[in-house]
Amino acid sequence: MTVKKFNLPDVGEGLTEAEIVSWKVKPGDSVAINDVICEIETAKSLVELPSPYAGTVSELLVAEGITVEVGTPIIGISDGAAEAAGGAPAPAAPAAVEPSAPETPMYGKLSQDTTDAGTSDSGPAGGPLVGSGPKADAVRRRPRRTAPSAAAPSAPAPAPVQAAPAPAAAPAPVRPTPSAAASAQPAPAAAAENGAQAAAGLGGTLGATVSGIVSRVLAKPPVRKIARDLGIDLADVTATGARGEVTREDLVSYQAQRDAELDQADSFWGASRKPQEQRVERIPVKGVRKATAKAMVDSAFTAPHVSIFVDVDASRTMEFVKRLKASRDFEGIKVSPLLILAKAVIWAAARNPSVNASWVEDADGKGGAEIQVKHFMNLGIAAATPRGLMVPNIKDAQDLSLKELALALNELATTARAGKTQPAQMQGGTLTITNIGALGIDTGTPIINPGEVAIVAFGTIKQKPWVLDGEVIPRWITTLGGSFDHRVVDGDLSARFMADVAAILEEPALLLD
Amino acid sequence: MGSTQLPTPRINGTGQHIPEGMESGDPATGMVQLLGPDGTLGTDPVFSDYAKRLEPEQLRGFYADMAKIRRFDQEATALQRQGELALWVPLTGQEAAQIGSGRASQPQDYIFPTYREHGVALTRNVDLSELLKLFRGISNGGWDPKENNFHLYTLVLAAQTLHSVGYAMGIQRDQKLADSAESNEPKAAVISYFGDGASSEGDVHESMVFAASYNAPVVFFCQNNHWAISVPTEVQTKIPLFNRAKGYGFPGIRVDGNDVIAVHAVTEWALEHAREGRGPVLIEAHTYRVGAHTTADDPTKYRLSAEENEWRSKDPLDRLEKYLRAEGLADDAFFEQVKQDGDELAAYVRSTALALQAPDIHDAFAGVYAEAHPLVAEEQAWFREYESGFESEEEAGH
Repeated sequence: MTVKKFNLPDVGEGLTEAEIVSWKVKPGDSVAINDVICEIETAKSLVELPSPYAGTVSELLVAEGITVEVGTPIIGISDGAAEAAGGAPAPAAPAAVEPSAPETPMYGKLSQDTTDAGTSDSGPAGGPLVGSGPKADAVRRRPRRTAPSAAAPSAPAPAPVQAAPAPAAAPAPVRPTPSAAASAQPAPAAAAENGAQAAAGLGGTLGATVSGIVSRVLAKPPVRKIARDLGIDLADVTATGARGEVTREDLVSYQAQRDAELDQADSFWGASRKPQEQRVERIPVKGVRKATAKAMVDSAFTAPHVSIFVDVDASRTMEFVKRLKASRDFEGIKVSPLLILAKAVIWAAARNPSVNASWVEDADGKGGAEIQVKHFMNLGIAAATPRGLMVPNIKDAQDLSLKELALALNELATTARAGKTQPAQMQGGTLTITNIGALGIDTGTPIINPGEVAIVAFGTIKQKPWVLDGEVIPRWITTLGGSFDHRVVDGDLSARFMADVAAILEEPALLLD
Repeated sequence: MGSTQLPTPRINGTGQHIPEGMESGDPATGMVQLLGPDGTLGTDPVFSDYAKRLEPEQLRGFYADMAKIRRFDQEATALQRQGELALWVPLTGQEAAQIGSGRASQPQDYIFPTYREHGVALTRNVDLSELLKLFRGISNGGWDPKENNFHLYTLVLAAQTLHSVGYAMGIQRDQKLADSAESNEPKAAVISYFGDGASSEGDVHESMVFAASYNAPVVFFCQNNHWAISVPTEVQTKIPLFNRAKGYGFPGIRVDGNDVIAVHAVTEWALEHAREGRGPVLIEAHTYRVGAHTTADDPTKYRLSAEENEWRSKDPLDRLEKYLRAEGLADDAFFEQVKQDGDELAAYVRSTALALQAPDIHDAFAGVYAEAHPLVAEEQAWFREYESGFESEEEAGH
């Protein structure tokens, strides 16, 4: 008795993953070839998968509701029962023909067809053709035979001698890919392989560097125009293009999602005439939502929060940002007031170190608590992502120049929006900024990120009447809010810290200090 | 002899070669139909004569072919869903259009399919498992087109219409030579298959212009299955497609593509027309793609199930079964046998497909020239040398 595994196939052209929507069989069920075993949902459609094997379901390897990559084994089918039930498999003859009545076969709804049991035995040894995803297409290079055997046919004819280096060298000038470059060396197999690896590694870091430098959102001109017409900020759109650019499809799906959200608003109250139990939508708390909830409760009920606010005239910050945008040095880099605030927070924390600290209970193992002041700034930025609230941080932000900080902020935001933030990027934060102003909010009382003692809320910046030298004039005004753990940061310290941050926003030139 | 001859400047009135009563079919729809959805045989001033020639054995054969190819289609779709084919192009719903037209062709005729003509392939005796080679990604073709005069599938939309007209013009020239030698070779024609979507391609226009200008022996067989992936026919054309033939100056006929008897009759007439040197014909077979465009497509996203259900009531197999039973031409045993044959075919295709081997690179050298060529032989020898310079898979330890 052998158990055959069925790997999730690519049922469309070039799909990489699918969700198991529902299983139509359970362990112990016997299945025939082409019996529907499950329904999957891909990016393209809902599709029923027919069993490639006859036998007994031994295990379901993926739970319903889980998305797995193409090539992942999803079900195990043992052929033991088939033999037991059918006796010796009838060879070739259509003995096991059962009424399968192929009615009009529908897309995704194959009728239950049964072919004779003999076919499963005559299948080839290898796995399915598709079902191992794009990885299956990776070029495998067979190593060259060692020099003697390659040079062996150096008979009188000049052809082989010339031939040996020729094929290897030929592709090099046309295709400067790492692998081609490696193969251009008529070196022994091992060296060539090392070369390929080295070149591939180089290619990887190079790509990362390039995408880091060009942090302006990439998109083709027509796509930019559509975005402008639709009033979509390209930076908000998750880019799926081959080189990280926002494609037309990305825009369309973003717009569709936006429309869908707006459409839902109309029907949101529509359920009011329905019975009471249908008027409450139940959303299971899991994943990021669950983690966020726990962190907030822990923080709010262990650290006594104190919140303070200060109104700031950020007009000079706005001018500074404008000049930076125009400067050649910052060409192609997204610059926003958040950059200045981040710099201000780092600057102010150095002058008021206690805000960049942790309260550690039972640090000495005898019940004594400890305040750990961090002489480094892992600056957290709260970000709304497709997966929920995330607070990734910029490691050692104190060492970054203004430009480096700008790049780091952009990368952090891009990664978070794409939902690709790694757990490591969220650990070890020392102080957090939440940019609620981006959503048009003036200020708030943020909850401290667990493990830290301070958080700064950056309100929206808008023109307001402001009294300067006895005259009311329009200025760019924002409100800074800050919450502090009173166990560590007393009122005067938090006030001084906030005043320092405010001072920079009022006069960014102080950063030159 | 070898020079291209311009056609004689003869003014052909549109209807000149159309037989008496060419305005056949239902006047309301302008569509030839003999076997209705209810399984009753109607009449047509022109094409009833063709239908009368059919023997009961042929009618049963039509049914068996259609059932077989539908079963094959299901098996191939399942193979794709099981990851054994990269893609599959289902034909379900179009069996009558394909079997009817394919069975009307004669061995000397040459067929240019699109990529969905599995039914036509069956009528041309192509081993159906060979059709899967392309979709399994191990061959650019899969069969020898010369063996059954069934060309390789063309994935580039409408490109085969140009090829087919060129081929037909070749037949025309060979025919002239043969005529002068008083040969007894049977006359041949070409069928060029395409769809409603391809009808919007410039290639179709160019091929029809040339076919008309040279009076080429070609039958343009358009299966209007109503959906060019997600684009409905209404977007492709404002008038029924067969009317376009008028503009080129050759006959156009619309036929109920789910009526295998009418399709056979119309195609037989059109092929005779072409073989006798009276020029091209456009046939529009009015049918429906019941399934998806390909396995990578989800039709529920662009059309309603009501429409699908309506077409399912016009199913080509159902109506022929009704007719055969009503006329006492086939019994339960026959239909049971057809079903068994279908399952057997499916099992054969499955096992053969799974056992298909990747082609040898040296096959690529075989198709470069029709006859042996020293340069190709030399290059092949060099390549063999080069290949042997690599360790084999086993040696490499993969």
